[in-house]
Formats: sequence, structure tokens, C-alpha cells
Amino acid sequence: MKLSRHTAGRGAISGQRRGISALVSWWDPRPFTQLFVIALILAALWLLGQNILAALARAGISPGFAFLGRAANFQIGEAVIPFSAGDTYLRAIGVGLINTLRVALAGCVLAALLGTALGVLGLMGNPLLTRLVRIYVEVIRNTPLLLQLFFWIALARNLPGPKQAPHLGGVWLSNRGIFVPAPVAENGWALPLALTALVFLAAFALRRFGGLRYVWTGAFVASAGILWASGISLDIPSLQGFNIRGGLSLSPEFAALLLALVVKFSAAIAEIVRAGILSVPEGQREAARAMGLSEWHIMRLVVLPQALRVIVPLTTSVFLDLAKDSSLAVAIGYPDLVSILNTTANTTGQAIEAVLIMAGSFVILNLSVAFLMNRYNARVALRGEHRR
Amino acid sequence: MSVIFPQYSSRMLLAPLVPLLRSLFGGALNTVLTLLAVLMLALILPPLLHWAVTDAVFSGTQEECRQAAGACWAFVQAKARFILFAFYPSEALWRPILVIALLLGMMVASALPRFWGMRLILGWPLMLALAWWLMAGGWGLAKVSLNSWGGLPVTLLVWSTCMIFAFPAAVLLALARQSRMAGLRLLAVAYIEVMRAIPMVAILYFAMLILPMALPQGVILDKLIRATILIALFWTAYLAEVVRGGLQTIGPGQAEAAQSLGLGYWRLIQLVVLPQALRRVIPGLVNLGIGFLLATSLLAVIGAFDLLNTARASTTDQQWLGFYNEAYIFAAVIYFLLCFAGSRYSLWLEARLQRG
Repeated sequence: MKLSRHTAGRGAISGQRRGISALVSWWDPRPFTQLFVIALILAALWLLGQNILAALARAGISPGFAFLGRAANFQIGEAVIPFSAGDTYLRAIGVGLINTLRVALAGCVLAALLGTALGVLGLMGNPLLTRLVRIYVEVIRNTPLLLQLFFWIALARNLPGPKQAPHLGGVWLSNRGIFVPAPVAENGWALPLALTALVFLAAFALRRFGGLRYVWTGAFVASAGILWASGISLDIPSLQGFNIRGGLSLSPEFAALLLALVVKFSAAIAEIVRAGILSVPEGQREAARAMGLSEWHIMRLVVLPQALRVIVPLTTSVFLDLAKDSSLAVAIGYPDLVSILNTTANTTGQAIEAVLIMAGSFVILNLSVAFLMNRYNARVALRGEHRR
Repeated sequence: MSVIFPQYSSRMLLAPLVPLLRSLFGGALNTVLTLLAVLMLALILPPLLHWAVTDAVFSGTQEECRQAAGACWAFVQAKARFILFAFYPSEALWRPILVIALLLGMMVASALPRFWGMRLILGWPLMLALAWWLMAGGWGLAKVSLNSWGGLPVTLLVWSTCMIFAFPAAVLLALARQSRMAGLRLLAVAYIEVMRAIPMVAILYFAMLILPMALPQGVILDKLIRATILIALFWTAYLAEVVRGGLQTIGPGQAEAAQSLGLGYWRLIQLVVLPQALRRVIPGLVNLGIGFLLATSLLAVIGAFDLLNTARASTTDQQWLGFYNEAYIFAAVIYFLLCFAGSRYSLWLEARLQRG
């Protein structure tokens, strides 16, 4: 008899779903068992909450978010927005959030590029490359990220000083940080970027509606010209005296964290790309070849659109994992969100609020990415239906 | 030979090599890739070999290591005991060794399909109790404080304890998420989604900063225990999602058939649903377990002495300062062996299960 209530269809009830009855039918099978379980959980939480409140009262800490407006008396190693000791905790947390986003975004882009390259290289049919990619993936996948991070940070801190720093193509590796070439604008960024965007819009329109060929090549050449003419150049770091100047300087902590995340998650993405491409049946490629498509066109028009349906959702979850694991920054002293919230908890005693902010930020991030992913998935699935 | 059959002469010798050569040098792009790969290997392998083998010091003192240009394997020799067992007292060292042997043996036994069944379900909690007793002492064994635990036994013990507690909870959570009881379903969904959204470091901070306050006054738990409790709660959400994947493969017809036989809900779950659903997700569970073993290394963030943290701490010994490459490679090899074996096993199992 129990079972019939679990498996009974909902159709009979759905007709009278109004007001109270809707609420009742929502609770339909065994409402009292459910309420009992929920009450039990709430009671346990209430008990723990009481303990926490008592402990806070003993320590003389008043719960709440008022501490966010108080002055934070610590320094932050690297901050994109200016921060000095004495600024508010809110600002410190903002600095941490920006640092997390910075390393996570750079990590996602680079891991996707490296992972895709590795995944494709492993499928080129060259046995040497296939083995090498396999070894890379297995070694990276089967050792802890934190161990790799410790390794990279030890390496970064033990690099030679600027005078002996190894360098190649304008990239310098020194114990003062990693220096990479960076673009600089003499007359500001606004105009050249706007012009470049216009060029690409025009190219898109020409390609889409005019059917012209080689417009993309043209667009790249044109925008390179625009950028050069408007005073944007590449600032290449160089040794001046006892220091390396110019370019973009990455702190050893940022560089180590970024490298660790990119290496670890590129292995995951390489596997996903491989699985995605292999999920397209060989017969489709053969059919495309029989129709006279070139290898490049087979990849772009036949394999990739289908492989992406496997690749994109899985890669998104890898990106979310990467963002979460950027919190390992705390182990090497890179001031990310988690690390600054930890400092905040230790200096103010507001541990609950700090952990709530920590959890809340990541839940919001996850929910928004999940929302975008659902939109994307719906679109991909629909397009597939239309084309068939 | 070659005079009589000129056309077969040199080809006969090279024939087995032709497919290989073609796969390496067939086509311009392929040739370039091969040459690039060879160039990369030529740049990386010789210095690595020099460092790891020819210039390395295999036994000796720190001074000899400082003189040499290569790796200091003597360091690993000197510190292996610390990295594996931390400060565990020497006279009782057989206990952590026995714990490692027991837990690894139990993992191997759990991996073999012929042992699957009631014996394992009862055996694991018993084995865990035995392992915790061996490590902590009491009841006839000398007591060893949690402060001196460390290394591989801690990593394995935390991992298996969390898995054993998380797994039944995960099954219940997955059932709640699949259930038609909307109140429980909502709770399960919220728990799973929140847990999966937050980083494990946040969970460890919860264990460090908030759990001590939530306990009744006077109750003090060691941070390793607190971390173990919260990691188990955290992993429950991940395991529940994998279990749910298995539950979803069981069609409604099975429940209807069981119902017509007069089975109640829990008998249906126990006799019909779980045996099939769990069997199907074992490869997924193994992969998750591998990820969890690697994730136990995050214990180092809160200063607990797991295998990774002892390796890190060994590099700060004044006598052997700064041999971090060797320490991390040693720890990495242990993690790799465990996880690689696990992932190969998972592949084998998947193939076996597909055959039916």
C-alpha cells in the first residue's frame, strides 16, 4: 500500500491545483513524515546556532555584517584597485574578489587553449604525439593540484635574480616575478578598440550578407594597421640596471597559481576534447570526404558542431571546478577572495559571516553559469532539431 | 637471396617498419609535428636524465648533495620515514604500517567483483574501527596523540573514513532527490547544489573556525576529526549525484513489477533498485574516489599532516633545507601509483560491466 502512494500518477490531482489544494498536493505523499524530517533538521540547526551564539557572546563578538565598514589593518600584496591598510573590510574583500576573477578568467582561457591543442594533437594519428599527450594527461591527472601548486611556487621563488634570469622572446623568469610583453597605448585604448570592433563588424556583415571570401584575413590585417597607426605597441620587458622593466609583471604567487590551474585543467579539457571528437561517428567523416570536403572543412562543418555539444557542457563544469580550485591560492599566499576572507575571519572573529560570504559568492557564480549553460544547451539542441 | 629475388631484398627487412614510418612521417604536417616532438624531447630528456640519474646523489650527506648538480635521492632516503609517518613514535611504527596494509588490502578486496556483497558492507566499518584503534591506541595499546599522526596513514584513513560515512548518506540523499515527496526533494536539491558550488577550502575553514563554536561548550574535537566530519558531509553531495545517475537508469516498470509482487518501498529499493543502480555507477564512483584521494591533500591548507603536508614540511628541516623537488616527486609518485591503479581498474571494470 505504501508503494501505491509513491508511484501514483499526478494527473488526478493536477486538475484541482488551486490555493490551499495546490499546497497540499505539493506536499502530497506523506506530508507528516516530511514535516517531521524537516523539523528534526531545523531543530539540530537551531541547537548548533544556539551554541554558536553562546560562543560568540563569550568571545564578545556581535554577529552581523557591520564589520564590513570597519577599517582593515592589513596590507594586500597585489591589488588591482588601490588598497592600503585602513581601508574598509568591504574594499579588501572586493580586492580579493577581483584577484579571484583575474586568475580564474586567465586560467579558463589558457587552460581551454592548451587543453584543446593537446586534445587535437593527441588525435592527429601521430603515435609519438599521442603517447606524449597520454603521459602528460595521466601524470597531471593522477597527482594532487595542491602538490603541483607547491612545486610551482617553490620553483618560482627559487628562480635566479633579474641579472641571471633566463629569458626567451621577451619573457623573463626571475624571483621578482614573471615578466611578459604587454600591449601599451600611447593615446588611450578607446578609439583604437572601437575602430577594430567596427572593422570586425563590417567583416562579419560582408561575409554573412555579401558572401565575400578572405574578409577575415583582411579584417585582421586592417585592424593590425589601425592598432599600429594609433600608437599601440608591444612593451617588451628588458633588463635595466638591477631590475627588469617594462611589460606586464606577474607576481611569483600569481604566476604559480595560474600555471598550476592551467596545467591541471588543460589535462581535463584535453580528455573532454578527445572524447567529444571521438563521439562523432567515423562514417560522418567518410561521407564528408566522399563529398569532396577538405579536411579543414570536415573539421569545421561536420565534426566540431557535433563535438561541441559534448565538449561545451563538460568544459563549463571544468571551468567551475577551476574557479573553485583557485581558492588554493590561500596555501601560497596569493590574496584571492578565500584568502582575504580567512584573514578577515582571523582579525575580526566574524568567521561565520566570512564563510557565508565565501560560500555565497561561489553559489552565485555557480547558479549564474548554470543559467547561461541551460540557455546555451537549449539553443544547441534546437538548432540541431531545425537542421535535421 | 637478393640476386634471385631482387624486388624483395631490402623491403623484407624494412617491411615491419613501414606503417610506423608512415604514421610518423606521412604528410608534411605530420612530419613537422614529429620533428617538433623529437626536438622537445631532445631539449627535456637529457637534462632530466642528468639531474635524476647521472648527477644525482643516491646516498650520502647533505654536504655531498650540495656539491652535486643533480637530484638528492639521499634526502628521500633520510626523510622517507618522516614523509610517510610524520612524528609517529618509532617503537610503535608497526601500527601505521599495519593500518596502511589493512586499508590498501581492503581497497583491493573491494575492487574485486567476487567480494562484492554483505561481507564488504560489514567489513569496512569494522576495518575502520580497527584502523582508528591501531592509530590512536588505548585498550591495551600505548596511546598516540593525534598531533604525532601524519603522512600516508592519515591520508588513507581520512579518505576511507569519509567515503564510508558519505556513501550511505549519499544513497539516502539521492533517493530523496528522486523522491516524489516535494519537501524532502527540495531539501536534497538545495543541499547537493550548495555543497557542489562551494570550494572544499571553504568547507575546511568551516571545520576550523565555525564547527568548534557549534559544539556544546566543553566538547573539544581535534581538527583532523572536525575536518573528517565536514569532508564526509561535503563528499556526500558529490557521491549523491553519481548515485542519482544510477537510479535514473532504472525504469518505472521495475517499480511497478516489484509493487505487484507486494514489495514495500524500502524492500523495492534494497532488493531491486540499488543492486542494479549501484553496479552501473561503480566506474563513476571509482573515478570520484580517485578525485577524493587527491583532494585529501587539501588538509595541508589547514595544517593537518597528511602525505602532502609532511612532504612540504620535510623540505624545511634545517639539516636538509630546500630539497623540495625530491620531496614532492616522492609524494607525487605515491599519489600517482594509487590513482593510476584506480583509474586503470575503473577502465577495466567499465569494459567488464559493458560485456555484462
